[in-house]
Amino acid sequence: MLGLEKKDFRLLLIVIGLTLFAPFLLNPFPEGSELAQFNAGYPDLMQRFVIFGIFAIGFNILFGLTGYLSFGHAAFLGAGSYGAVWIFKLLGMNVLPAIATSVIIAGVFSLIIGYISLRRSGIYFSILTLAFAQMSFALAYSVLTPITGGETGLQLALDDPRIFGASQTATGNIPVPSLFGLEMRSSFEWEVGSWLFTFSTGYYVAAFFMVIAFYLSIRIFRSPFGMMLRAIKSNQTRMSYTGLNSKPYTLAAFVISGMYAGLAGGLMVSMDPLAGAERMQWTASGEVVLMTILGGAGTLIGPVLGAGMIKYFENIFSKINETILHTWFAVLPDGLEDIVVAMVYPFIGKGWHLTLGIMFMLVVIFLPGGLVEGGQKIAGLLRGRKKKTDSAKPNATEPAE
Amino acid sequence: MDQFILQILNGLDKGSAYALIALGLTLIFGTLGVVNFAHGALFMLGAFVSVTVSNLLSLSHKVVDETRTDFLGNPLQVDVPYIHDILGVTAGNFVMDWSVPIAILFAIPIMVGIGFAMERGLIKHFYKRPHADQILVTFGLAIVIQEIVKYFYGANPIPTPAPDAFVGSFDFGLLLGFNANEIIYPYWRLVYFSFSLLIIGAVFAFLQFTTFGMVVRAGMADRETVGILGIDIDKRFTIMFGIAAAVAGLAGVMYAPINSPNYHMGMDFLVLSFVVVVVGGMGSLPGAVAAGFMLGILESFASMSAVIDLLPGINQIIIYLVAIIILLTRPRGLMGRKGVMEE
Repeated sequence: MLGLEKKDFRLLLIVIGLTLFAPFLLNPFPEGSELAQFNAGYPDLMQRFVIFGIFAIGFNILFGLTGYLSFGHAAFLGAGSYGAVWIFKLLGMNVLPAIATSVIIAGVFSLIIGYISLRRSGIYFSILTLAFAQMSFALAYSVLTPITGGETGLQLALDDPRIFGASQTATGNIPVPSLFGLEMRSSFEWEVGSWLFTFSTGYYVAAFFMVIAFYLSIRIFRSPFGMMLRAIKSNQTRMSYTGLNSKPYTLAAFVISGMYAGLAGGLMVSMDPLAGAERMQWTASGEVVLMTILGGAGTLIGPVLGAGMIKYFENIFSKINETILHTWFAVLPDGLEDIVVAMVYPFIGKGWHLTLGIMFMLVVIFLPGGLVEGGQKIAGLLRGRKKKTDSAKPNATEPAE
Repeated sequence: MDQFILQILNGLDKGSAYALIALGLTLIFGTLGVVNFAHGALFMLGAFVSVTVSNLLSLSHKVVDETRTDFLGNPLQVDVPYIHDILGVTAGNFVMDWSVPIAILFAIPIMVGIGFAMERGLIKHFYKRPHADQILVTFGLAIVIQEIVKYFYGANPIPTPAPDAFVGSFDFGLLLGFNANEIIYPYWRLVYFSFSLLIIGAVFAFLQFTTFGMVVRAGMADRETVGILGIDIDKRFTIMFGIAAAVAGLAGVMYAPINSPNYHMGMDFLVLSFVVVVVGGMGSLPGAVAAGFMLGILESFASMSAVIDLLPGINQIIIYLVAIIILLTRPRGLMGRKGVMEE
């Protein structure tokens, strides 16, 4: 189906199903219940899941396949965001041209940076991308203020031209991003019993793009081009000895992943038309590295899971404070309760970064295939047989020399 | 001319910090072949040793002063630092004032210990793994260290003053025959610069003139042969890791009065230090030191208003720009050795 093998097609169907029914799946707890704070089914967070999912899928095409570790991918996301905001400012509020522009801008930008950075490999490549990204950040923050809005970020204004749309709405407000009149912000709420499900237009637009991005990434993984990239990862020297110039392949992978980042940036702006320089900072690049590795670099679904997990932690886990913990452990005797809370507290709430860091280290040390490999190992154990049969293919991480 | 000298001086203290961190990074890289993204966190830990020592020294208890009364007429409660009880008032005040230099004494064993623990506990298992894995695991470790420090000390910078004797500025201009107040330079930065020269000198002397250093240098050049000769090179490299951690820590201790320590200062310095290492040449100790000072001075020149008028924003990107140009034109960096990190 669609040029995919049966197994991959099934995976794609699962992903489509999950994204389609996410508003239900992420809202398992009834409103007003104790556990309602764990509900992640509100539009803003769901949009983040899919947008960062796209970003991580793209990063995985570069890192998971070729083994080139870029520490500057946020620069492409930032460049894409700026491009999209400018389209909103100049042309109009339809999201499609804005997203297309952001992909193109990020593509061109990554072509330039990739062309230079890919002259070196290994740690030098990481440092070069890091240097370029920090340079872009510093420039966007200071000198390029007329284009990027500097410290305040690039925002829409009432007197923007918007030649294919209105500068302002009839009521004198800044128009909101829309898809042929369908506003991104609009949502439909459905109350079932004590559950409240929100279906937002923005989420489904972003989810549509993520499914396409995911489909393309499967095709790339399974294509001869993907094989070539994997060969570069396992032994680049041998590749060049066979008379093959690996640069065009790595550059293509770099540009593709840059365009994914641009798509993510464009979508981000479509949901909330504002672009700031901090999106380009190297910590933002570090975040996508975390997502990809945590979920499982080189696997298809891993980066999406990693992105979802980190965003869930960031938005839900971080809200748990000491009072909530005390109510949870209230069953314990008083002295013990305080001790348990004191022991748990550093790891959640504001300290969620610590948990993330520890989990990340554990994954890098013990599970080079990320959570996906962990899941497969557990599944293999449950089935009571060696996990060799089906997990070998996508996850085999060979050392990149 | 006075501007020129002033900028060189301004570049020196930042350059010293870069040079010290880059020196440690290169030591680790040259001996163990590990790319340590947690090195910035070690620098930050050093700065927090200084914060901790100064906090510990000013720990105090309340004592009721019978001779004075507060505004309600009750006997006044005065905070008396424990150090006053132990050493007496004069010596106690002196020790509290000199908390940052005293922190050096504590920082050396603490940082060496942390270095050992890191190498034995974690890094050891990553020698055979790809460089990307080493970067990732140390990056994770850096996050963990940062968050632990944040948990204990909060997210705000903690001012840590230098000893009173070094507060104020030194008028360099008078010394060189300029007018007064033309070239002034804070005393503590001068101290920092001399201190970093001392540390750098000590590390080089240690490597150059001791048998231990000779073996380590031999191991850096050809690890296998040294191993075959029956020398336990791993043990020596572990010690070098401890020394590198101590160098980063000391750089942090002394930097605390210049820039109030906060939990992410390490990351800010780390990125630049990596650039410094790469510019100097991966695995080259003199290269790292030279590049550290060079980039520090270049950065301060680029911040001169005359330069900014000419090329706006250049001060923000100069270091990265230099790094990119160097990496593309001299792939091994300024003084890189052949065969190091060339995949």
